[in-house]
Amino acid sequence: MTIEKNQDDNFFKKLLHSQMIIPIAALLALVVFNLIADPSFFAISMGQDSTGNPVLSGQLISILNNGSELAILAIGMTLVTAATGGQDISVGATIAVAGSAMLAVLCGGNMRPEVVTTPFIVAFIVGVLVAMLCGAFNGVMVAVFKVQPMVATLILYTAGRSIAAWINNNALPIIPTNSGFGIFGGFIPGIPIPTPVFIAAACIVVIFLVLKFTSLGLYVQSVGINERAARLNGLNPTFIKWLTFVILGVCVAVAALIKVSRISTINYQTIAADIEMDAILAVALGGNALSGGKFNMGSSILGAYVIQFLTTTLYKFNVASAALPAYKAVVVILLVVLSAPIVRNKLSALWKKIRSPKQTEVEVAK
Amino acid sequence: MISRRNFLKGAGLAGGTLALVGCGGGGGAATTDDTTTDEASGELISVGIINNDPNESGYRTANDKDMKETFTEENGFAAEFAYSMKNEEQIASAQQFIQNGVKYLLVSAADTAGWDTPLQDALDAGTQTILFDRVVDAPEDLYVAAVVSDMDAEGQTAVDWLTDQALPEYNIIHIQGVMGSAAQVGRTGALDEAVAANGWNLVVQQTADWNAETAQQITQSVIDSGQSFNVIYAENDDMAKGAVAALDAAGITHGKDGDVIIMGFDHNTWALEEVMAGRWNYDGQCNPYQASTILDIINKLEAGEEVTEKTVIMEEGYADCDTITQEYIDENGI
Repeated sequence: MTIEKNQDDNFFKKLLHSQMIIPIAALLALVVFNLIADPSFFAISMGQDSTGNPVLSGQLISILNNGSELAILAIGMTLVTAATGGQDISVGATIAVAGSAMLAVLCGGNMRPEVVTTPFIVAFIVGVLVAMLCGAFNGVMVAVFKVQPMVATLILYTAGRSIAAWINNNALPIIPTNSGFGIFGGFIPGIPIPTPVFIAAACIVVIFLVLKFTSLGLYVQSVGINERAARLNGLNPTFIKWLTFVILGVCVAVAALIKVSRISTINYQTIAADIEMDAILAVALGGNALSGGKFNMGSSILGAYVIQFLTTTLYKFNVASAALPAYKAVVVILLVVLSAPIVRNKLSALWKKIRSPKQTEVEVAK
Repeated sequence: MISRRNFLKGAGLAGGTLALVGCGGGGGAATTDDTTTDEASGELISVGIINNDPNESGYRTANDKDMKETFTEENGFAAEFAYSMKNEEQIASAQQFIQNGVKYLLVSAADTAGWDTPLQDALDAGTQTILFDRVVDAPEDLYVAAVVSDMDAEGQTAVDWLTDQALPEYNIIHIQGVMGSAAQVGRTGALDEAVAANGWNLVVQQTADWNAETAQQITQSVIDSGQSFNVIYAENDDMAKGAVAALDAAGITHGKDGDVIIMGFDHNTWALEEVMAGRWNYDGQCNPYQASTILDIINKLEAGEEVTEKTVIMEEGYADCDTITQEYIDENGI
């Protein structure tokens, strides 16, 4: 009996001290709110799209679907944050650049091709290379020239969308629907789950395997915690910081593929607008210190889906357009304050106080 | 001590980079496209054109191209162009143009405020100002004319068309542009009035910030919650496209003979093709071709005539899936 109680105690303590508690609590709050307000929120139904393929639909599916890009970006942003103690604010603009490059390759100079002859994989690889190049540029600025990450990435944040427009001569490439390019942001014929869900899942699996079987996570954390100590232990902080930006570049390219596939075209000014802020928020929501050091990847990814859950909930309840940012801001303030270490320590102390009389009772009984 | 020094170093770098970015923007704003005005004193009429960044939208690209094709040396103009989406940079360029002594200043202002002083300076220097595309908050006697689109009229035309469809009931998904922009205010205003007057039902009224993908999410959310609707009123073509993508994924028919009426704005060529193909029902025009009207005004002024009309409203039509022709697309698509 006593032992069980202690285990219980440990479990709660562990959970309370775990970073995961913040996004999980936020998720639970949103779930409970929706359950009370309108349980039909969780309904999932089977339907057909306009070409007769089976598709699953429902708010939950939409959340998983639309949260994909953010989850993928959160992976790279977590690593950059951990290693450099700063954030990349150019991801939205580099999505525009990578997406523009992919469409340029697919269209091959003709803005309105009748058929697409270039294999999708070629376009994707070009997109990945372009995004990695952008990431490498940011990485050099931060790791080699020691510019603060937010300032270094401000360059591409400002110039990226113009570069994207320049790649296609400021014209608007449109991929024909019969080319099948839409599957990356839509559905694979015959499979009722949206493709972005699979792509995000694949990225998540890959990063967890990498973190488990390589020392990337350890190296990134050591550089983030104490760069000098890391160097004295034989690590190369410059390279590791640079590497995190390049990895973020790959994430950006995957997100760009989904984004341009969703509507088979691109708008240089509006594609992935403000997504960098959501990506940084996902990292913060995951309870990761934005000043770098230790990180929890799962927590960040969960944070990304919580943000999408919130957005979808706000759409569902048709919050007035002008008030939408205010609602989001209130929720964000609550979440970020709750995830602050000071507040968490206070809460955990409070928890101890509540528990302690009982513990004494148990001891007395013994 | 060390940390302080590092901080200063960091701040210095930060400032340096910011200045760099600022210079980049400023350089872009001051880019000249043709010869300088000093050389152009002969036969050519010097014109300074201040516009928003052509990358902003398809509308802007078409607008800029139209201006460049009209104010050429062959047509007797020495034109200088300055681009910026920032009001203060535009005002700086305006002052530069006035100092250079351009004869005409053409302005599409990024913001309505702050133009009194530069326009007054222009007037004092003998430069005549013509506003295009956007009006500013300045007394009318500071400029010769304003050639603009009437966004309220665009919205009204669309709403009148929608009323004429005589649907048994109106359940509308209204997807708005960036809140507060002229296009959003005009296009929303007309619909809001009609909704109040005719007892139509707004299933949802939400901003997608001109973003196709956000429009897709909003529409998807309505579909997921099982509400019925039969009209999508999107305030630009991109957002209409996003909404249609959500309908397609849910297998809901739209356009001519479909369950849902699709309405967009701006007359992008691809959007007009959607209307032509019967996938959309309506597309409202936002006419970017103001250059010829401005040219008429300048010709009048050069001939010594008076310009009587202060505000010239661009003529704007619409495309209907029942009446649209390929010629119309070729002529009006942007």
